[in-house]
Amino acid sequence: MTQQPNRPHLSRRVVLSAAGLAVAASGAVLAACGSEPAATGPKTGGTLRAAFAGGGADETIDPHRVNLFADAARAKAVYDKLADLGADMAAVPRLAESWTPDADLTVWTVSLREAAFHDGSPVRAADVLYSYRRIANPEETFRAKSDLTPIDLDASRAVDDRTVEFVLKHHLAEFPNCLAAFGAYIVPEGSDTFDAPVGSGPFKFVSFTPGSEFTVERFDEYWDGAPKLDRLQIVVADEESARINALLGGQVEYAHDLSATTARANEANDAVALVASPGSNMLGFAMKTDRAPFDDPRVRQAMFLLCDRDELVESVLSGRGQTGNDLYGLGFEHYAAHIPQRERDLATATALLAEAGVETITLDTADVGSGFTEAAQIFAEQVREAGVDVEINERNADTYWSEVLTEGQIASYRSGAMPIASHISQRLLTESPTNVTQWHHADFDELYLQLQSTADEAARDQLYQEIQQRLHDEGGYLVWGFADWIIGTLPGVHGVEQAPANTLDWARFDKVWMD
Amino acid sequence: MLAYAAKRIGLGAVQVLAVAVLAFALVELLPGDAAVALAGDQPDPANIARIREQMHLDEPALARLADWLGGLLTGDFGASIVSGRPVADLLATALEPTLILAAATLILLLPLSIGLGVAAARRQGRWPDRIITTFTVGLYSVPEFALAVLLVSVFAIGLAWLPPTAVGVPSLLAEPAVLVLPLLVLLARPICSIARLVRAGMIEALDSEYVAHARRAGVSERRVVLAHALPNAVTPATAQIARTADWLLGGVIVVESVFVIPGLGTALVDAVNARDLPVVQGIAVVFGATTVLVNLAADLVAFRLAPRMEVAR
Repeated sequence: MTQQPNRPHLSRRVVLSAAGLAVAASGAVLAACGSEPAATGPKTGGTLRAAFAGGGADETIDPHRVNLFADAARAKAVYDKLADLGADMAAVPRLAESWTPDADLTVWTVSLREAAFHDGSPVRAADVLYSYRRIANPEETFRAKSDLTPIDLDASRAVDDRTVEFVLKHHLAEFPNCLAAFGAYIVPEGSDTFDAPVGSGPFKFVSFTPGSEFTVERFDEYWDGAPKLDRLQIVVADEESARINALLGGQVEYAHDLSATTARANEANDAVALVASPGSNMLGFAMKTDRAPFDDPRVRQAMFLLCDRDELVESVLSGRGQTGNDLYGLGFEHYAAHIPQRERDLATATALLAEAGVETITLDTADVGSGFTEAAQIFAEQVREAGVDVEINERNADTYWSEVLTEGQIASYRSGAMPIASHISQRLLTESPTNVTQWHHADFDELYLQLQSTADEAARDQLYQEIQQRLHDEGGYLVWGFADWIIGTLPGVHGVEQAPANTLDWARFDKVWMD
Repeated sequence: MLAYAAKRIGLGAVQVLAVAVLAFALVELLPGDAAVALAGDQPDPANIARIREQMHLDEPALARLADWLGGLLTGDFGASIVSGRPVADLLATALEPTLILAAATLILLLPLSIGLGVAAARRQGRWPDRIITTFTVGLYSVPEFALAVLLVSVFAIGLAWLPPTAVGVPSLLAEPAVLVLPLLVLLARPICSIARLVRAGMIEALDSEYVAHARRAGVSERRVVLAHALPNAVTPATAQIARTADWLLGGVIVVESVFVIPGLGTALVDAVNARDLPVVQGIAVVFGATTVLVNLAADLVAFRLAPRMEVAR
């Protein structure tokens, strides 16, 4: 792979706009899209109020401590990362202008674009190194720390003010993903308190009250073009019903994370525009491949064959989602789309289970997300049809993720969007911190290392396909669907993209404008 | 009476401490701790261990409780283990909206419920009494969340007369319109229960010997009702009014979450979900103190209204 210059990420937007015009011309109504172009073009001015679920009085605006969607949206308004993820999870250069690896993919030279912080000082290599070292501090617990572990920050250096040389601890073909890590924001050298945060992002900080509101105003010198909005206010409303009520009542112009039920109820409502991002939230079940009964590949195969994915998508997601094929990352870069869709086969599954001698299964679930326990109930019914007794074990929601990492047999599972390589490194290697399927295979680890040391794009993609074929055949993740991510706006709000949560074009308020 | 009040306050302080220790024990009994709750769906064990160390959760529970009790003696509520903010700050922020709502509700509640109760009693068995009784029984059986959702969809979304939530409002007093719907929800049930108690008390009082005597003595009917019957009629309701005040001061979580009001109820739910023990204990102290004080005030008021009654000791 050679350098990746300014990727023209405008292409999708242009295509969408063109589609919008075509649809409008044919007289149809593009009700499901909030970004239809108006005849007059983007307008400048106005205050956009956006409602997000929050974290109460304990919220912080330290950009390296992001955790919730609201934290990420606030950090994104004020700060930039070196790169961010496109809708297909490929890294897109942001403060980095380009990145070039050496021949064995262990030293990466990153050129910074000409950008300034809100106080007028330029963004320098020293700021980048300071930010990354702060995140990687062993005494601290910043979220992006694990993503930055491949970087040897003591050996990395500033070549000049606008060039950073990152020395890695091992080969890493997908290193740009690290630059796009959740929470890896660039702060000015020396920043350690964030009462009045200064970043290089599209908006300048105005005020923040934890658990209530956050206000920023336009930064005219933003390197990616000044925002259209004068001001952005992010307000906290924890209940989904409160967010949709605030939107319907005109108290906010943007409501983040609406349920499929709300979307269905408001489909024909002219007072709101719904923006649905496909592929945002993977839903499935994680089987522990290291213990009975799922250490037997036949039993895993039987689960795959017993799952009626269409029924789950229809009833749990109200049809607002896509069917899964037991693989992570539908629609993302390197996704193995050629593998045929798995269909339900009750007879084969029943035979497999009888052969393996399985009589009972305990399915763990908890109320940690909308539709979570419902999906478990429906899937349990589907499995019972094969004559197996399924017991549902409902666990405490607050400690669910920590418990099912090591306990139980099969558990309800979900995942937000991330590159397929990150999914593998975080969850499927022997040393992975959250290996919930307990998938420990030295030859699989080896295959992944090989992938990360392969510079050639085509050869690397071949390895991605190989890895996914293996996971599809005998892995521990049963992926039944991908839920849409639903955002509601008032009809006068434009430029809200269909982007999975936490990607570049999600909560991209610098591109939003209002009538 | 003063000695009695002092004794009650001393006893109250012990009760408040007991409540805080009980809250500590209950949260400690819940599975998982703040580190696990904070890690959420990224339960990297190494990370959880590090958070635990940072929050001093690796120290024994009794040592942490002792630390906190020691701080309390010097008026220090400690700091949130999640954000490091002083608990006193957090409580002050959450207390403001709760106090505003509680005060506004009580100011409207007392005249309305007593007025309705007296009106019903004076026309006992006739149509105003029947209407009031039917209405109060009916309204009392509607749960708060149902009433809240109904009011929002009719008056905020349908008719667009009032704002549906208090989202992003810096202070409830700055935009009083956001208070209207929450107040209606908070008033609904207490008005019914207190009006019915006042009605019953009033019927009994109007039927009593001393009212009959006052009437025979030629005292005007207005004066009979207001000066003689009413104080006795309200006395049985004071305990219910105290319970209502206590309920309001605890932050009514249903109303807070539907209307996006960041009060004490929300703070408690957030703190328990985050297993943020210092904040949970701080809120327990506030709740305990409120209950003790409100009940004391109610007893003293009852004593003043009807001095012949023995104060429960």
